[in-house]
Amino acid sequence: MDLTFDGAHEAFRAEARAWLAAHVPHEPLPSLDTAAGFEAHRAWEATLFADRWSVVSWPVEYGGRDVGIMEWLIFEEEYYRARAPKRVSQNGIFLLAPTMLEYGTPAQKKRFLLPMAAGEEIWCQGWSEPDAGSDLAGIRSRAVRNGAGDGWLLTGQKTWASRGAFAEWCFGIFRTDPEAERHRGLTYFLIAIDSPGVTVRPIPQIDGETGFAEIFFDNVEVPDGQVLGAEGSGWSVAMSTAGSERGLSLRSPARYTEAAARLIELFDQHGRPAASADAVARAYIDAEAYRLHTYWTASKVARGHTVGPEASCNKIFWSETDVSIHDTALTLLGPEAELLEAGSPGEWLDGYLFALAGPIYAGTNEIQRNVVAERLLGLPRG
Amino acid sequence: MDFAFDEEQDDLRQTVRGALTRELPVAALREFYEAPEEQKAVLARARWSMLSSLGAPALLVPESADGLGLSDVDLVGVMEEAGWAALPEPLLETAALAAPMLATLLPAPSAAAALHALLTEDAPLAVGGIDVGVGGPSSPTSVSADGMLRTPRVVGARDAAVYLLACRDPDSGWQLHAVPAEACAVHPTATLDQARDLSTVRWPLSSDTLLAYGVAAEASVGLMADRAAAGSAAYLIGLADRMITMAADYAKERQQFGKPIGSFQAVKHLLANARVTLEFARPATYRAAWSLATAQPTVSRDASMAKALASDTADLAARVALQVHGAIGYTWECDLHFFMKRAWALSRAWGDAGTHRQLVLAQARRPSLPT
Repeated sequence: MDLTFDGAHEAFRAEARAWLAAHVPHEPLPSLDTAAGFEAHRAWEATLFADRWSVVSWPVEYGGRDVGIMEWLIFEEEYYRARAPKRVSQNGIFLLAPTMLEYGTPAQKKRFLLPMAAGEEIWCQGWSEPDAGSDLAGIRSRAVRNGAGDGWLLTGQKTWASRGAFAEWCFGIFRTDPEAERHRGLTYFLIAIDSPGVTVRPIPQIDGETGFAEIFFDNVEVPDGQVLGAEGSGWSVAMSTAGSERGLSLRSPARYTEAAARLIELFDQHGRPAASADAVARAYIDAEAYRLHTYWTASKVARGHTVGPEASCNKIFWSETDVSIHDTALTLLGPEAELLEAGSPGEWLDGYLFALAGPIYAGTNEIQRNVVAERLLGLPRG
Repeated sequence: MDFAFDEEQDDLRQTVRGALTRELPVAALREFYEAPEEQKAVLARARWSMLSSLGAPALLVPESADGLGLSDVDLVGVMEEAGWAALPEPLLETAALAAPMLATLLPAPSAAAALHALLTEDAPLAVGGIDVGVGGPSSPTSVSADGMLRTPRVVGARDAAVYLLACRDPDSGWQLHAVPAEACAVHPTATLDQARDLSTVRWPLSSDTLLAYGVAAEASVGLMADRAAAGSAAYLIGLADRMITMAADYAKERQQFGKPIGSFQAVKHLLANARVTLEFARPATYRAAWSLATAQPTVSRDASMAKALASDTADLAARVALQVHGAIGYTWECDLHFFMKRAWALSRAWGDAGTHRQLVLAQARRPSLPT
């Protein structure tokens, strides 16, 4: 056990910090859930990509630096410390890409990874349907063979697709074998949003901005080359993506330790009120506990272990820690908490709204608790 | 950055688990609980000999002083296993608190004599006179009318040959003494956990037993408080893991409405909450051990963080395990209470979770990233 970073890691950190200091925009970008903000964030992705900072852990040929998980975590710490913009490409680079690197054909990797890393093609996730949320295996959108036999025709409706209002591409699961057991007859597709037959209807979120969308498919033609993994294996391919969503790659601890550090500053600014002291301490400790747990897990991964159902513990913990941090900040702000203005307190309010989605997306925390109970504790399925 | 234990550390933990599984199955714990006092002393001595044969009590004592010369990172797994087994003996007090403190004070004669007793007489060391509050360590030791000092809640006095006792005078500060058992008057204290060995000890203040005073004693007391927080955190993690495992096993067996109660979401989610809390208390506890082993400047904060998380984890695990067991868990017949009672005691000993959260907050600044 050695919880210090070695010289190479420190040098990597210094390089990342220097680059971020020189390049992070001084003024916050407009919200990425507006048309103008989306493009501003896309331009920021291009800036990151140009100097190989957009996807540091990827192979060099796809725009990365081929560094390990520790370097990625260090980069994330520096990224949040520098208060750099939100990642408009996160669904692609953090969720789809690990799955594509595992299951994709050489042609798919060659076609999709570079534009994803550069922010030229932004991805959204087409999983949930109006009648299939937590019960994801109950999806009804379907795909049938096209007449020529070299592709598929997709029909149905997806919903709650984050970034769906402006994205170019969608990854989704569709039922290809209605006769098979419901976890089996599913297939994972990569779909261009500008394909004929695709209709996008943006959905305003709780803050009034169009953070997600419904996507309708009406006999949308998708070639065989855009099936990820084998036909009929969509569920297991999707579970690989879900592992990334719940586990290490979507929510690095820097997001929470940075928010906790700002919470301590806010607590100081408000004269360390006794009424909030315990909640502030809890939030701070939980953020640090998440960070330590991440390095603990990363050490196991570095030794060849894979992350199993523990990822569900992660998802519960980061999402609830995020809510606690922001809830505590709003309590410190008191009567100012409701004010929508630039900088704090508006930022805390924004963060609170964002955090509240955490226990819902990526599989609700109730579903995660079932996974923990059944797969870590061995309790029988209900 | 490598958070993993090495092979020797894993082996040590496995050895201790094997020994405790053999020597302290839950039936033996029950026998100990229900034994009369004189029988308890016999059983405890036998177990302590077994621990001594593994080198556990002197694990942190340098090899030059005939110990194992290992570190807090080696000890943390041993403490976790002690918690899993609900080991009654004062391993925390002896191995984590008293022995390494005495080793740092060598060649002082009183320290040498106490260490000698530990290594040759096969007897644990008792520890008392330090409490932890939001203001840091304080001493519950008071002066009696007859001039003797009186220290309540001394741990391990029944079997120890030497007592490590602290007192604090508002003017002259801390003093640490190694007092031979025969110089003390010991009054056992009844506690809910009948395997805990707590006593009120009356002892004479004498320069013969003095180990350290003033600034040196204050530093030793601070380090002992940090080790107590980190070590009891590891013990609590082991207890929590055991209680969650017991409750999950019970939930798989117990049938209601024609199926195992563990198939109901209400039961699943109780257990999942406890399991998640445990998952995140564990690496924080290992980090505290590493900070102690490497004398990090953040060691007090890190130890407090571990104790806050582990205390809450063990308390939650106890609540959940009792609820999942239902009425049977509320009986003497069910083994759960041995583990719950130890958790209730240790989650509050050496500073409860809320106290340690305040200690963390007092030291909180930007998270400990390298700058």
